[in-house]
Amino acid sequence: MANALLVLGLPLASFLSIALVRPLRRRGRAAGWVGITAMIVAHVEALRTWLGSARGTVILPWLPGDGGPMATVGLLVDNLSAPMLVLVTLVSLLVQMYSLAYLHDEPMPSLGRYYAYQSLFAFSMLGLVLSPTYLQMFVFWELVGLCSYLLIGYWYTRPAAARAALKAFWTTKLGDLGFIAGIVMLWSSTGTFEFDALFRMAREQTLPLEGLATIMFLIYLGAAGKSAQFPLHVWLPDAMEGPTPVSALIHAATMVTAGVFLVARSEPLFILVPGVLALIAGVGAFTALLAATMACVESDIKRVLAYSTISQLGFMMAAAGAGAPDAGFFHLLTHGVFKALLFLGAGAVIHAVGTNDIFRMGGLWRVMPQTGVIFVVGTLALAGVWPLAGFFSKEAILAGVWAGGRPGVFSVLALTAFLTAFYMFRVVFITFFGRGHPHGEAHPHEPPWLMRGPLWLLALLTVAIGLRFAIGGGGEHRPPAWLAALSLALAAGGFGLAWAMYGARWIPVEAVRRPLAAIDFLARRRYFLDAIYGAIYRGVMLGFARLIGWIDRYLVDGLLNVASAGTLRAGDALRLIQSGQAQDYVYGVAFGVLFLLVLAQWWRTP
Amino acid sequence: MPGLFAYLVVAALVFAIGLFGVLTRRNAVGILLGIELMLNAVNINLVAFARWHGDVVGLLFAMFTIAITVAEVAVGLAIVIVIFRVRRTIDADRLDLLRG
Repeated sequence: MANALLVLGLPLASFLSIALVRPLRRRGRAAGWVGITAMIVAHVEALRTWLGSARGTVILPWLPGDGGPMATVGLLVDNLSAPMLVLVTLVSLLVQMYSLAYLHDEPMPSLGRYYAYQSLFAFSMLGLVLSPTYLQMFVFWELVGLCSYLLIGYWYTRPAAARAALKAFWTTKLGDLGFIAGIVMLWSSTGTFEFDALFRMAREQTLPLEGLATIMFLIYLGAAGKSAQFPLHVWLPDAMEGPTPVSALIHAATMVTAGVFLVARSEPLFILVPGVLALIAGVGAFTALLAATMACVESDIKRVLAYSTISQLGFMMAAAGAGAPDAGFFHLLTHGVFKALLFLGAGAVIHAVGTNDIFRMGGLWRVMPQTGVIFVVGTLALAGVWPLAGFFSKEAILAGVWAGGRPGVFSVLALTAFLTAFYMFRVVFITFFGRGHPHGEAHPHEPPWLMRGPLWLLALLTVAIGLRFAIGGGGEHRPPAWLAALSLALAAGGFGLAWAMYGARWIPVEAVRRPLAAIDFLARRRYFLDAIYGAIYRGVMLGFARLIGWIDRYLVDGLLNVASAGTLRAGDALRLIQSGQAQDYVYGVAFGVLFLLVLAQWWRTP
Repeated sequence: MPGLFAYLVVAALVFAIGLFGVLTRRNAVGILLGIELMLNAVNINLVAFARWHGDVVGLLFAMFTIAITVAEVAVGLAIVIVIFRVRRTIDADRLDLLRG
């Protein structure tokens, strides 16, 4: 427990010292090293927590209430949060190191701001993971959302970044509304926010089932917003306006997985409402497929990765919905590692070339072989090639979905796995192979060691996790052999198609595009979802705002204007009474006294 | 010796005459005189009741009132003189600086 508290406390200490000590904040590199040092220690402590056997809950009263505390806070270390701690601290640490090189052109004060955000984010995410109650989780959940907003909008002078930050904030906020409504309803029917108590009630079947489906659906809404599930996924591609390390940290490896984490954490409650679970699985699979199709036509390397993240989150959600949250959580961990690898690799490419457009890259394998190898490792892992980490987790998900008796979801996910391999190798072939392009002023070169170190570490981890399962046998329930063959075949198929289209150019791109013209048309326009949201925003929101504006301007203000004008008029009229002559006032006094005397006499003798 | 009622009637008459003077006189000095009459009506009342109750406190009050009246007249006349110096008139109708 002390370890876990240290893991949580160090990023907070780092944030406070960077944010409050002005000289430190103004010297961005120093602030960076403070953050990195804190994360190194936090990571070591997280590893010790994970490897150690201490599991349990510490709960302290927080909000007082009648008969015991109304809400509690504390720390919860179990087999779900301990590995998550390791992942979060590891990716945070590597990203902070990487950022130091990636953002070397930034002015120092703004780099200090960046590291303050980074530390705050690490603190919030760790707090979320360690929360033993829904309420505490929600608090950190919102903090994480705030950090995401701040980091996407880090280059706030760029209008696109500012807009993307707002969009991310509002879209996830829509889901968060459901989340808070859900936990408040849950509280009002059970009287507690604590996971332990709620799960015990679920086990003992004393949990009131009435309205539970609504509650769990609302909680799922929060998860869907954070984990970019359809139809709340639109913010994630835009979030790529932030610096690339931020995309790697928040929008691939950690924050977006909070939704999956929430569903995995709440599993004992979700299994009581099979309808919601079916919805989660269906939406997850649909999201996975939809995002994969969009990734196939995208030409911005970071956006391809963003769509791929949405797609993989769909995988995890589908697994959680199909009754295999362990598989989803496993995929969350491995995906966190290799997606961070891919994003940081893409960052190295962007850093070297100076553009996000894959069609303006090409031939990078010769100038940046190390980055190329690293990127290919990440791609292989994401495509699910044996013996890399992604293969085992994706296979676990497919097996779980199959065992959960959802052939529809299973086939959609299988198709998506094929597309995953296709779009990732499409990027690899276009970016690293293919014809070289003139890069203008930029001279592509390998990144500095501070960027290469984290990349190699993540690549080694991706391989090591995979090998560990390849040798170790993957635990108790081994998926059937045909599934391994199928998923390898899908990956190979995707690879083959990408190679034939973009590597060897046997198949012209047009030949594939024409039969799929309708999907191509829709995918290039993001299925018009942004347009629909824009129309809703303009039509409903702005219309409503205009109505409110009219009411404010003409009814509320009008009432006040009438009151003030009436006062002025009355003053003008009453002014004429004042003659200024003392005798007139004496008349008033005399007759007033007379009147009162008569009145008193009259009242006294009824 | 007339009864208490007679004194009260006289006092009321004097008071009414004073009030009438205050309300109708246009001359500021006349208004001051009206005020004097009203105060003396009160004095008559005080003395009459003191006698009626056999209590000297009423007499004491009357003495106080006379003293205050003297001071009041002194201040009042001084004001009137100053007004006359500034405005060249003591006609109450034309002293209407507070007119709204």
